[in-house]
Amino acid sequence: MLSSRHIIDMQDLTPDDITLILDTADSFKEVNQRRIKKLPTLRGRTIVNLFLEPSTRTRTSFEIAAKRLSADGINFSASTSATVKGESLADTAETLSAMACDLVIVRHKYAGSPRLLARHMDAHIINGGDGMHQHPTQALLDLYTMRERLGHLEGLTVGIVGDIAHSRVAGSLVPALRMVGATPVLVGPPTLMPARCDVLGAESVGTLDEVIGDLDVAYMLRIQMERAEGMPFPSLREYSRIWGMNEARLAAMKPSGIVMHPGPMNRGVEISSAVADSDRAVVLDQVNAGVAVRMAAMYLLLGGDESGVAA
Amino acid sequence: MEYRTKATVMDSEAISRAVTRIAHEILEANKGASNLAFVGIVTRGAALAEILAAKVLAIEGAEVPVGTLDISFYRDDLAIRLSPEVHRTDIPFDVEGRDVILVDDVLFTGRTIRSAMDAIMDYGRPCSIQLAVLVDRGHRELPIRADFVGKNVPSSRRERVKVYLDDLDGRDAAEILERVEGGEA
Repeated sequence: MLSSRHIIDMQDLTPDDITLILDTADSFKEVNQRRIKKLPTLRGRTIVNLFLEPSTRTRTSFEIAAKRLSADGINFSASTSATVKGESLADTAETLSAMACDLVIVRHKYAGSPRLLARHMDAHIINGGDGMHQHPTQALLDLYTMRERLGHLEGLTVGIVGDIAHSRVAGSLVPALRMVGATPVLVGPPTLMPARCDVLGAESVGTLDEVIGDLDVAYMLRIQMERAEGMPFPSLREYSRIWGMNEARLAAMKPSGIVMHPGPMNRGVEISSAVADSDRAVVLDQVNAGVAVRMAAMYLLLGGDESGVAA
Repeated sequence: MEYRTKATVMDSEAISRAVTRIAHEILEANKGASNLAFVGIVTRGAALAEILAAKVLAIEGAEVPVGTLDISFYRDDLAIRLSPEVHRTDIPFDVEGRDVILVDDVLFTGRTIRSAMDAIMDYGRPCSIQLAVLVDRGHRELPIRADFVGKNVPSSRRERVKVYLDDLDGRDAAEILERVEGGEA
């Protein structure tokens, strides 16, 4: 069993929890290759997808995971929920609680909202991304993909490249890597770096070329084009030239090195098309692992709930 | 909870003879090995399935495919307990149209077998599913019976019946374990 009732921050989990989730995901991965991709495991459990910020791939991934485990999944989105009518998050939580949901997956634009939800309801909570804070299931599926491709996690050097300051993906991946004994290195323009990288426990470097030769994994973060107006660097072309992943940099990596991206990719900005389509880019493996890892998280959180009742 | 050995119901020779007999019975009932496949339930059922396959190879000269099945995700008591460790299910053949011999070490309530049948059905539609167990200890809670049994061992519900196999435990034996009185409930 997991040591925590919720998966809100990576810090909720111990290194043993991470190993348990990844090992369990291995078994679910096999299920996803069967003709009948469905298990009766969570029959009768209710899982709510409370997505108060737009999301397609994460929501879909959680939705598929719930369906493959035979749970009843219900989707709440920002446009259809009562939040647009002015309901507070705490009231939403208590409403969902009154409907006896077993697990709530929450995505919200404000950091800390999953924790608030957990205080107001009995259900288990999985953070599906909160503001610029954390996105723990993304980090778990990233670890799964690294372990699958490279055989181990301990000792890996992982360059996380791009907008570290605003990235909840980096917010979870940095502590996750440290917990499994890997070394995160933050790479990006100084204007996109957090004020105190040392607090995160990662070293930072200014350009990708300084570290490219040491990397087992180059993890390219998405440049948020929708916020292009206020981007704190001179141009996309310059960004791409200094911090983008291209064929020359791929060749400079260790021969076993892989390129990762949480999606959706901006081809030609943080990753060139040639790299994105090469067999060393594992973007689709990440998506594939996402379903198995989320199934594992749901199974481990909801199983054994009434422990002590009877054996 | 502490347990101590109350009786050894099968020793190494008895297990070997029982498995040989079961292999013969399976071949007889299915008129050969051509359409057979073994599926062992982890962990000791899987080890027994390997032993049965080796016996069939020795008797008939036919290689029967062997798969392993972890039924953790099919249990009906998920709300009560979680399997401490989930193993990988590996069925490297198409079950469609096969005569599948499900193998486990001890048959008790029948709930594991119910789960295992559900799991196999998710892989396809076998021609038949038959059940081979080393020990049948009684106390069924579902209408399930074994087609091939090594030994019937009457037992109390309070006791445990444990099978040890050389590959996993360093010795072959089937034992009845009883709770040590005064131990924690």
